[in-house]
Amino acid sequence: MFVLVAMTAILLELFHHSRVSLARFGWGFLTSVAWNPVTREFGAASSIFGTIVSTVIALLLAIPLALVIAMFLVEVAHPRVARPVGYGIELLAAVPSIIYGMWGLFVLAPVLAEHVQPRLQAIVGGLPLFSGPPMGIGVFTAGIVLALMVLPFITAVMRDIFTLVPPVLKESGYGMGATTWEVTRKVTMRHGMRGMVGGVFLGLGRALGETMAVTFVIGNDHRIAASLFASGNTISSTLANEFTEASEPVYLSALVELGLILFVVTLLVQIAAQMWLRRLKRRLGADL
Amino acid sequence: MRRRPVWPRRLADAAVKAASVLAAALGLAMLAWILAVVLQRGASALNWRFITGMPVPPGAEGGGLANAIVGTFLVTLLACVIGVPIGMMAGVYLAEFGAGRTLAALVRFLVNVMIGVPSIIIGLFVYTIVVLPAGHFSGWAGGVALSLLILPVVARTTEDMLALVPNPLRESSLALGAPRWRTTLHIVFRAARSGLLTGVLLAVARISGETAPLLFTALNSPYWPRSLSGPTANLTVTIFNYAMSPYPNWQRAAWGASFLITLGVLALTVVSRALARERTR
Amino acid sequence: MNASPKDLTRAVPRVSALDAPSAPPSPAPAKISVRGLNFFYGATQALFDNSIEIPAGSVTAIIGPSGCGKSTHIRVYNRIFQLYREQRATGEVWIDGANVLAPGVDLIELRRRIGMIFQKPTPFPLSVHENLAYGLRMHYKMSRSELDGRIEGALRAAALWDEVRDKLHRPGTALSGGQQQRLCIARAIAVEPEVLLMDEPTSAIDPVATARIEELIAQLRERYTIVIVTHNMQQAARVSDFTAFFLSGRIVEFGATTDLFTNPKQKETENYVTGRFG
Repeated sequence: MFVLVAMTAILLELFHHSRVSLARFGWGFLTSVAWNPVTREFGAASSIFGTIVSTVIALLLAIPLALVIAMFLVEVAHPRVARPVGYGIELLAAVPSIIYGMWGLFVLAPVLAEHVQPRLQAIVGGLPLFSGPPMGIGVFTAGIVLALMVLPFITAVMRDIFTLVPPVLKESGYGMGATTWEVTRKVTMRHGMRGMVGGVFLGLGRALGETMAVTFVIGNDHRIAASLFASGNTISSTLANEFTEASEPVYLSALVELGLILFVVTLLVQIAAQMWLRRLKRRLGADL
Repeated sequence: MRRRPVWPRRLADAAVKAASVLAAALGLAMLAWILAVVLQRGASALNWRFITGMPVPPGAEGGGLANAIVGTFLVTLLACVIGVPIGMMAGVYLAEFGAGRTLAALVRFLVNVMIGVPSIIIGLFVYTIVVLPAGHFSGWAGGVALSLLILPVVARTTEDMLALVPNPLRESSLALGAPRWRTTLHIVFRAARSGLLTGVLLAVARISGETAPLLFTALNSPYWPRSLSGPTANLTVTIFNYAMSPYPNWQRAAWGASFLITLGVLALTVVSRALARERTR
Repeated sequence: MNASPKDLTRAVPRVSALDAPSAPPSPAPAKISVRGLNFFYGATQALFDNSIEIPAGSVTAIIGPSGCGKSTHIRVYNRIFQLYREQRATGEVWIDGANVLAPGVDLIELRRRIGMIFQKPTPFPLSVHENLAYGLRMHYKMSRSELDGRIEGALRAAALWDEVRDKLHRPGTALSGGQQQRLCIARAIAVEPEVLLMDEPTSAIDPVATARIEELIAQLRERYTIVIVTHNMQQAARVSDFTAFFLSGRIVEFGATTDLFTNPKQKETENYVTGRFG
């Protein structure tokens, strides 16, 4: 039964070995945008930027959707409808990442390029946020795909939170003449706010680490651009795309350092989420 | 005091409710869209030769991905053989012997953290500890990487399922004079049997669709996987390579492989959910 | 099956009046002799200086309001509390001349000799046959036919044989609640214990099945020492020879059942049995 101690060891190893091949660019690595295998200049800034932006877009899209879908499943829908619909939403989580990538690249991107992006540009094209040629692939598309991938997880957490609210609380709300939406907003969400934040952390962690789907649709461009429609890259997409081409030690260790950054960030998010959830549990215990 | 008008509140309520229906419909529509696309494009690439033939150079017609199918199967199997027993043992420890001990709390924490580590990082890690020292990519490394992914998931679901077994059942066995290990192995496991199986199946479904870890470990190969100590063909990396290529017949093959993977993963998921529902009956 | 009517005149000598709630002298030898038992859940004390002598070959009921420590008390006898790390017991529990709380006691043999029935029936997720074979195979070596014979014997003793004889290979969980509980009793008897501990065995069972189990207890009385925790006073009056009244972790009074109910010595006992609180 102490093979599980091996697990502890493994985790430490992970940390250790990721550092073994650390590049020697120093802190400038984090802020430099350069990425030129030929001149051997590498900088993580564009990857970090891409990771952050795509994740932010994903969460901005997914969280409100998840909230409303959870409300639908718990409060609005007839139970016989809620079950299959909930099941379907959960199936979104079962689709492998690479399939999302395939769909994103071959199906979604052309649709976006031909229909959605031009229309958006017609409306708000003046903004630098939406400038640039509508190629279909880019940070925006990546954000959409990520949102779909993260949606089932956040929805599941919110659904659980909504179900766990004590019926007496909801009944008090309704009894005062509140509408469904008002009860949800003022009673359910307030009661479950902490749990919902935990769910957001969960989604955040998954979005940060998502690789294949993003790699397909983000364009692998090492630059920071102001437009959402521009292509870019994320840490994981860079790793996936360029790993097999990394011929020199410097190139390789730059990539590994990227991986280290991602690892550290996700680790921090995980730890934060765990601690948050633990405080939540203790508080729930105290409330009861 | 004046009464606030009611109609704006009703309007807001109706609007949000309508939005919720739309949102749910949107989510389902996306799912349906993805599945439909995979079905349509993948089915057209599937035929008997696809499943049994070997890969051909770009531009040539025909050809199949039999080696990749077998490769995926082998690597997944290896991952299960390594990861499932260890994960289960960890889960048993946490559920049966771990209450209140700080070691258990630490292990539980680490399991949760491990679940959250991006799969590409796991791949990178296995690269540094297996591939680099060995000097070459291998199916073994791929299996190890996938096992690191499946291990914490199995540990967590095992712990959850075992914790659901009511204590009086354990006590009945102990009160008869059974030693602890017997109680756990014979009684508690049997009571949690279908839940455990569900957890394992779901974990297998998850890792069989993984690409990133294999990218760094097993890579891919156009040859039959005769042994696992070299780059090993597998479906997911194949999809990646073929899809990114500019050759139409390779892209078509990528869709076919996507179809197979999706089919496998969804089948496993649906079966394990069905099993779970059987239990609660 | 009719139960033999409880014959009060044959069994028990009168217990003398007591000022302290300790064990009365009785000619029937004490099977279980508890001295100064204290019990702790973490830092909270649940049992205070319990001392009692459980006579052999009889049924002793333990009554009292909820949460007064009845179940906690009997769970010390077979040391099942040791499953949980923060539970502790100090004091002595003598069974057949040995203190079971002392270190170095063979737990497995102890638990074979003491059977335990729980409030909610706990059939194992196995067939009826396997439920009984589980304990038998663990403690005894025997041939297949012997095993079947023992199983039949235990089921007969638990008044369950006729109902399950053709269902032996169906899962234990497929039986009704009352049958499941009798299955648990059969399972416990199969390994030939000397003591049976029952923790509110009929509180989760319907009244008809309850009556059958009470009949069963009456039949089992001769061969085993039975201690039954119950919150149902009428049940205690129906099935037991002796009764102990617990309150807030202490034994307030112990005596022959008829005496305790008709002529209680302590004020609190009287209040409880007349229903003034409970």
